[in-house]
Amino acid sequence: MTALTDDTLPVTPRAIRDEMIVFVVMALLLASVPFTGVYPFFVMQALCFALLACAFNLLIGYGGLLSFGHAMFLGTAGYCSAHALKVWALPPELGILVGIAGAFVLSLITGYISIRRQGIYFSMITLALSQLLYFIYLQAPFTHGEDGIQGIPQGHMFGVFDLSKPTVLYYVVLVGFLAGFLLIFRIINSPFGEVLKAIRENEPRAISLGYRTDQYKFLAFVLSGTLAGFAGSLKVFVAQNASLTDVHWSMSGEVVLMTLVGGLGTVFGPVVGAFVIIAMQQYLAGFGQWVTVIQGSIFVICVLTFRRGVIGEIAHYFRRSL
Amino acid sequence: MADEFILETEGLTKEFAGFFAVRDVALKVRRGSIHALIGPNGAGKTTCFNLLTKFLKPSAGKILYKGQDITAMAPADVARMGLVRSFQISAVFPHLTAQENVRVALQRQHGSSFDFWRSKSVLNVFNDRARELLNDVGLSEFANTPAVEMPYGRKRALEIATTLALDPEMMLLDEPMAGMGHEDIDKIAALIKRISAKYTILMVEHNLSVVANLSDIITVLTRGQVLAQGHYSELTKDERVKEAYLGAGHA
Repeated sequence: MTALTDDTLPVTPRAIRDEMIVFVVMALLLASVPFTGVYPFFVMQALCFALLACAFNLLIGYGGLLSFGHAMFLGTAGYCSAHALKVWALPPELGILVGIAGAFVLSLITGYISIRRQGIYFSMITLALSQLLYFIYLQAPFTHGEDGIQGIPQGHMFGVFDLSKPTVLYYVVLVGFLAGFLLIFRIINSPFGEVLKAIRENEPRAISLGYRTDQYKFLAFVLSGTLAGFAGSLKVFVAQNASLTDVHWSMSGEVVLMTLVGGLGTVFGPVVGAFVIIAMQQYLAGFGQWVTVIQGSIFVICVLTFRRGVIGEIAHYFRRSL
Repeated sequence: MADEFILETEGLTKEFAGFFAVRDVALKVRRGSIHALIGPNGAGKTTCFNLLTKFLKPSAGKILYKGQDITAMAPADVARMGLVRSFQISAVFPHLTAQENVRVALQRQHGSSFDFWRSKSVLNVFNDRARELLNDVGLSEFANTPAVEMPYGRKRALEIATTLALDPEMMLLDEPMAGMGHEDIDKIAALIKRISAKYTILMVEHNLSVVANLSDIITVLTRGQVLAQGHYSELTKDERVKEAYLGAGHA
């Protein structure tokens, strides 16, 4: 995958200080959303996808592994959380944990199967596994097939925060997103992250230095899948349903799109990409089926003219890493 | 004696669909020596090299490292035993700085490489050692330069520094001077000579003149088989070597 990431990465040494400043600005901007009149549902939805894209980016941008089945973690966690909340009537915090646990177990299994494959074979196996899961969910009784799990109770987070109030829900989702984002940021800048980057840059060399690279890629896969599951659990509270849309392969494709538009292997790129794509779907909804065509065109333009993505180009221009 | 020879092969063979890239090679590398493996294009040097470092599986034969059979081991595990290789195309981590490149090698033995919840500032304890290693190969001013921006010769030096960071017992160098100008060749040759005081070195080289003064012993491969072995001065008198390898032009 090095060919894919080579040109897109900023070449300057990572400056954590710059990134922390941008992070604080991003957090403040997002925290002020309820006072601006921007439709909070849209922002919440975008935040869930932003976290999903960040988790996906951890795998491709830093591990060099292109998963084409990341929707399976989103959808599985969604179903698990929804089931826990609605059927078992668990409180929200436990519902989220059940969802994360579901995605964690799934990532252990799928990671074990797929991680030894390279390049396109890895992508194809993740796609195949997610399709397999899609048909299981289509038939399984607890997912209610085409109908999905509807009318999920939002409840009180930690018995205090009433999630049926939009503003409260917004801040809970925002805190969840920021926590997930910071965790990913830490992973990237950890001793483990250093090895992961080394493997992305030159796997044979990493092996020759004595690293059993499959183990590192496996851990990256599990972390990425579990965090994608966290995004899926949060999304259940926003959408109040869990449906097949979230496990469909087109969702996996959308995550790839978001990450590429924002900037592969950049810290903030996936967030920007998610907002761009979700905003397009929201505000171009009037065009009906043409949204897909417009999205496709933007994708083509993006790949042809600014391959590094929005944030990647900005970072490259200022010779900073963002 | 296992003590005298650090690396030995017996009947080492690699067959690719009927074609023998390496055939029945018996190699003995003396501890503390600089051993060169040379041969014309297609002689099986790189295949042989990849067999020794476990990046290829032999079709037949045995590889002994420090008296232990490593034929069935994984490449990462061989590296952990102190048998570390370099690559023909310079193998650095391009978007990491020179110092970070060396640190990646240093951090492995530390055992914190799976810690994804800790800040990488814990790796700063390796900075001094990394600087030392960069100094040793004359790269101190490149410490904060991303490897991708370094000149080719410097990348090879960085690669050697990264390998030295593992404190290996034996280094396998795949054409360390390939694609270099004369100035860089002299630098790297001097560097190899210097580090050979501490390590055993087996190097694959295409160019006989490069290894002439550098190596203690030279093994000549042609068509996957050992043609001759000896010191440079002996080999230059060997008619078979002249014919097969040096060609009429050199005679």
